[in-house]
Amino acid sequence: MNFVALQMLLGDRAKYLGLIFAVAFSTFLMSHQSSIFAGIMRRTTSQIMDVPDANLWVMDRKTQYFDEVKALTDDDLYRVRGVPGIEWAVPLFKGQPRAKALDGNFRVVIMMGVDDATLVGAPRNMVLGSVDNLRQPDAVIIDRVGYEFFFPNQAYELGKTLELNDHRATIVGIYNSSAPFQNLPVFYSRYSQAINFVGRERNLLSFVLAKAAPGISDAEASRRIEAATGLRAATSSQFAWQTIWYYIHHTGIPINFGITIGIALIVGTIVAGQTFYIFTLENLKQFGALKAIGVTNWRITGMILLQALMVGVIGFSIGIGMTAAFFESTKNILDLRGFTLLWQIAAGTGATVLMIVILASLVSIRRVLVLEPAIVFRG
Amino acid sequence: MTQAFAEISPRSRNPVSLPYEASYESAVSCKQVTKEFGTGDNRALVLRGVDFDVRFGEMTLLVGPSGCGKTTLLSVIAGLLDATAGHISVLGQNMDELSGSESVMFRRKNLGFVFQQYNLLPALTAAENAAVPLLAAGVPRKRAVDQASAVLSDLGLEHRFRALPSQLSGGQQQRVALARALVHEPRLIVCDEPTSALDHETGHAVMELLTKAAVRNDRAVIVVTHDSRVFDFADRIAHMDDGRIVRTEVLDEARFTASRN
Repeated sequence: MNFVALQMLLGDRAKYLGLIFAVAFSTFLMSHQSSIFAGIMRRTTSQIMDVPDANLWVMDRKTQYFDEVKALTDDDLYRVRGVPGIEWAVPLFKGQPRAKALDGNFRVVIMMGVDDATLVGAPRNMVLGSVDNLRQPDAVIIDRVGYEFFFPNQAYELGKTLELNDHRATIVGIYNSSAPFQNLPVFYSRYSQAINFVGRERNLLSFVLAKAAPGISDAEASRRIEAATGLRAATSSQFAWQTIWYYIHHTGIPINFGITIGIALIVGTIVAGQTFYIFTLENLKQFGALKAIGVTNWRITGMILLQALMVGVIGFSIGIGMTAAFFESTKNILDLRGFTLLWQIAAGTGATVLMIVILASLVSIRRVLVLEPAIVFRG
Repeated sequence: MTQAFAEISPRSRNPVSLPYEASYESAVSCKQVTKEFGTGDNRALVLRGVDFDVRFGEMTLLVGPSGCGKTTLLSVIAGLLDATAGHISVLGQNMDELSGSESVMFRRKNLGFVFQQYNLLPALTAAENAAVPLLAAGVPRKRAVDQASAVLSDLGLEHRFRALPSQLSGGQQQRVALARALVHEPRLIVCDEPTSALDHETGHAVMELLTKAAVRNDRAVIVVTHDSRVFDFADRIAHMDDGRIVRTEVLDEARFTASRN
């Protein structure tokens, strides 16, 4: 009877396509908006995730998220270094100077200052040049977004100069950064150089990057740092999630995306449910005939669920394909980089679509189950 | 021959009115069957103590004015509706004793249906439509369709196996419906107004096929009809009025007797 169920579904092309369309666009909207949301949230952590060398981030106890820091003292760095079980600890600076190109084009940028001696925290994904070039005077590494903003339509080339808060800076490397939340260019320099670019304050140390000694877990190292210094220590992952939760709790981003996703869910369910119900109503006599002939209610329920599943699978495949195609086609646009279809979102959307088609079919199933097979004898 | 059969006039095509008489050879036996719909002020008594017998090897027509309860009686006999009171035996099975699912299984195995509006599945070909009872019984698709095609050939549709219902004339569609009713070799075939949607010639052809293909000594056929043009095909005609069988005519005892011999 599975064959009969599928033929019944495919036989009514208009409603079949309507169902597929409803599920496909519902899938597309849900997966697309969820991916954009996830991408934005991931962007809030990009500078954390771009530091692969250190496992631990040490910061002021009241720090809520990456973009809002209270400077530590230089003593804090030494105190962290002195904690047993810490293999090494280095300073990390984060500031926002104004950069200006020779043609007068200017923009606020994110300046990261990494440890002068070890260059721990510097980017690894170089397009041109080398991290070691940071040891040169006035040296900065700039991301592709920054380079293409300050030097539009120019080939990648090292040695070009900019002004950073009236200080001369020479580009010694170009790298691929993870997209930052504010989409600002991200520069890297040595710690001592970076604080010169930004300008002196009493305390300038944003973070201490540290690594646990072999045999000491990150959790244990964090606990020891916090106990010894009174500062807060977190793993990269913990700090990233802390930053994400800050944006979730303190901005309207999740609510607005949630509304869009919710509307997609509701519209998808209603349109699919209504179309499916009309399809069932129009086939009511046929279902009645099947019941009269001796097809059990269980079998008919199975037939309707199979039809719903078929619509769900095809609609989901088209919708998720549209989402994947969208992100594939925009992956090389610098301002849209970092937005991808995560497998978790695809799986979650798939589960939601399954729920949609089951909900959509429930009303139809009920209608057929209460159907008196004697209906077939009415003219 | 039973007592009941002995009392039947041997004159073929000469109607004789008979009182109700039960027979152990009955394919269907209804005793004092009543059926109510609704409750309270909306209560309607549609069957008012029906006594009715259908015999193997016969085509029995159930006739009467609209609203007299013909279709309700047919539904109750077929197990599609439960009787409110009375006793119904179909092919020796007391229908009161069957649970809902047992009733479905019983119908699947023993009953064939022909509907007024054919009720073919529009997306299935003629052969696939005719194969539905076999598919419902779990017969593999290819075997079911082959079997159904053979029945369609017997009914003169050998060139229309792959046609969709929308590509068939009314008469052809009713022949597909007839094939669907016969394909699983049921012992009781119930037909509701099988010719009412057809012109005279086509209706006549369908009834001829029904008589030829369905009326056998191990099988019974009940036809509900308004169409007096098909009365000639009947072995027996039960007249209903106001929820009761008021008269039964025997038209072709000779054929019945011959078929049993």
